[in-house]
Amino acid sequence: MSGQTAIDPATRFLDRIGARRWTVSEAWVLVGLFGFVLCLSLAPLGRLLSEALMPGGNFELTRLVRLYGEGLVWRATINTLQIAAGATVIAVILGAAMASVIAVTDVRGKAAIVFCFILPLMIPPQVSALAWLQALGPSSTLLGMVDLAPPPGSPHPLFSMWGIIALLGMHNAPLVFLATRASMRAVPADLVDAARSNGAGPFTTMHTVILPLASAGLISGGAIAFVSAAGNFGIQAMLGIPARIPTLITLIFQRLSDYGPSVLADAAALALGLAVIAICGLGLQSWLIRRRDLRVTGTGAQFLEFRLGRWRTPTAVVCWVGIAVVLFIPLGALLTAALVRAYGLPLSWETLTFRHFANALFNHTAIRRAFLTSLSLASMTAVILMLVAIPLGYFLTWRKSLAIRLLSLSAELSYALPGAVIAIAAILFFLKPLPFIGVSLYGTIWIILAAYLANRLLLALRPTVSGFLQIDRALDEAARVAGAGFVRSLKDVLLPMVAPCAAAGAILVFLTALAEIQ
Amino acid sequence: MAHLNVDAVSKEFGTFNAVNNVSLDVRDGEFLAVLGPSGCGKTTLLRLIAGFEEVTRGRIAIGDRTMSSPTAHLPPEHRRIGIVFQSYALWPHMTVSENVGYSLKVAGAPSDERHKRVLDALAMVGLADFGGRRPAMLSGGERQRVALARCLVAAPSLILLDEPLANLDVHLRASMEDEFTDFHRRTGTTMFYITHDQSEAMALADRIAVMDHGRVVQVATPLELYREPATEMVAGFIGQGMVVPAEIRTSEAEGRCHARIFGHDTAVRCRPGQKVTATGAVCVHPRELSVVPAGVSGIPGRVRRVVYRGGYLRAEVVPDAASDVSLNVEIVDPEALRPGIEVGITLNDGWAIPASGT
Repeated sequence: MSGQTAIDPATRFLDRIGARRWTVSEAWVLVGLFGFVLCLSLAPLGRLLSEALMPGGNFELTRLVRLYGEGLVWRATINTLQIAAGATVIAVILGAAMASVIAVTDVRGKAAIVFCFILPLMIPPQVSALAWLQALGPSSTLLGMVDLAPPPGSPHPLFSMWGIIALLGMHNAPLVFLATRASMRAVPADLVDAARSNGAGPFTTMHTVILPLASAGLISGGAIAFVSAAGNFGIQAMLGIPARIPTLITLIFQRLSDYGPSVLADAAALALGLAVIAICGLGLQSWLIRRRDLRVTGTGAQFLEFRLGRWRTPTAVVCWVGIAVVLFIPLGALLTAALVRAYGLPLSWETLTFRHFANALFNHTAIRRAFLTSLSLASMTAVILMLVAIPLGYFLTWRKSLAIRLLSLSAELSYALPGAVIAIAAILFFLKPLPFIGVSLYGTIWIILAAYLANRLLLALRPTVSGFLQIDRALDEAARVAGAGFVRSLKDVLLPMVAPCAAAGAILVFLTALAEIQ
Repeated sequence: MAHLNVDAVSKEFGTFNAVNNVSLDVRDGEFLAVLGPSGCGKTTLLRLIAGFEEVTRGRIAIGDRTMSSPTAHLPPEHRRIGIVFQSYALWPHMTVSENVGYSLKVAGAPSDERHKRVLDALAMVGLADFGGRRPAMLSGGERQRVALARCLVAAPSLILLDEPLANLDVHLRASMEDEFTDFHRRTGTTMFYITHDQSEAMALADRIAVMDHGRVVQVATPLELYREPATEMVAGFIGQGMVVPAEIRTSEAEGRCHARIFGHDTAVRCRPGQKVTATGAVCVHPRELSVVPAGVSGIPGRVRRVVYRGGYLRAEVVPDAASDVSLNVEIVDPEALRPGIEVGITLNDGWAIPASGT
């Protein structure tokens, strides 16, 4: 091709980062989004990295080597890996089995099953660990009622590696379930119909078409479960500390409660180890997913239902037995413990009391205040993230460029890293007084808000992006042509349409933030 | 004035040249259709003119004002153009009136004036009583008309239409074609119409620009495009034209020249200055061929297939000289033409394609 003039490098560069496409209002919104993500997520993580690798300002690996050379830290790292891997296996088996039943069969009472199965997500892990300790311990009111309680003085069965793995597995099963079910629903109906018309029965269709196509959901659900198990403080601390099983996360908290000059640097180094484990898990995930071609076109088989026939009732029974084990037993144990007059007594009409509830709710102002703080923190996080997610979702969906991808990547990183890593990063970053204001956020609830905002951005962003994906882009373009600028079109045209999805994301943020123990 | 000038515009996505050095001039009040197979770059061209994409090279101007160039880009909301989208792009959460009046609201027009202009625009498309409805309650044709009214209300100097009839059924399409023609005549707005359907383009447009692989191949009136295609691509694309190899044996004289096609000598129309060449090509259409008894005259061949198309027969004839070519003939009388019989084919008309493609 002759006669083509070369364009100048500056234009080419602007083109590449997509800067030329932005109008003034878009550019301001983008600057705001960048500031948000930079301050809350990238900068704290950078601070963590620098504290771990170069405490005191100079690059030194000796501390890192010394720390991980300690027998205790090394054992903790191995334990963390074992626990995370074991728990992931259990979570994947439970979650995938439940997702298969829910997504492709006509089992009765789906809505109730789904609700009860994902409820554990909303229960703080400390609470479920406590509940299980109640349920299976020697002083178990529940087991005591049926005379199955272990003899007093025997070691608690959950104070072991297997106890931690089993509990974490059950706790994270809903994560795998949600991701797998979403993937299964996205399998186009005509691919399933094609398999059926080629003579494949429901089971063959399931394992030759639906499961392979939904494997992306299974794998990414497994990865989330892995990361979440590695960084789960509640269960690892409640079961692991009494059982003398050190893990990275419990070590971090033990170091933090110590005093001394090296506390923060040590904690940062340990958090870095946890972050490396998490990133390895996610790397494995993307490698596994990239190896297969799972692109599908067409509408998802939302209402796919294989008839179970005479297996319909037995399947429902199996589901409910599973839910009973995962949810009702521990909750029941907790409830009976809360309802008896004194710890260890059997529950009966004579011993029944609501005194403990009344006590907690009305007599302890500290408890009430804590409850209100949680509530306001969770709602603030939800509202702020929704407001950030909508413009960010717009850019991610329709105006993708290098800069935008960077934003989304850091949101993903902050979400994937265990909460403890984010917390350490936030502490390190906000410890020094803020510039201009001269106030340190450390020790105030604002640091929790900052950590929440960084950690949960992806939760708000994902549903919002999928909401944008369902909108015909021409609707925005029509508004632009009608003379509306970026902000105007976002407010008048896109917001009303994406609102339900954005609200769903905000509710997710709210609930998970509420379940977190500060 | 709404004179649209596209000057040597290119658009690259990475290394892909979606629009390649395109120049077009749309006169004020003209109806120009851009026609091309899918993936030819016509939609990208529309998006460049609308301002949704930025040009890599070249310049787009409306009137005297530069809209796009590699150094300047006016955002779509400041271009004062109207667009009718393929999907209509009506906002589902607004009523028909709100949809139509949105651009006035954005511009800050007082509400009584807004009300009046919305009513006028709706009346113009015959939907005066539909203002309170939601887009979901309308049929495809009604949605199309609301989209047109929405475009009209701001009195744009230029309207871009992106395959606006692609989602309608055949009957509705014909009546909407008439409406577009009426609309164009009444308003005198410059229209830039993207389509892959040549009959639509032929019926509506003053001129048609044919695009292929990101380039404009030919810009001409519908008649000229049919009778005098500039390249083999245009010849094959328009009106079921057939391109047959021909030896041009005389140079042009009074608009005609002599050609030898499959051993058969005939006179065809040609461009002034047409030269003698052994490797020329001639474009013929099914209606320009006739069947004669075998051995009498014409190109000897054998009938391969006969299909009744409603009102006429379509016969595919394979010339003896070239077994990989098929000449399609339309015969009005359902005469006894069976597969396998030998016939002769004569050309009543033909066009020597200017040798630009080679």
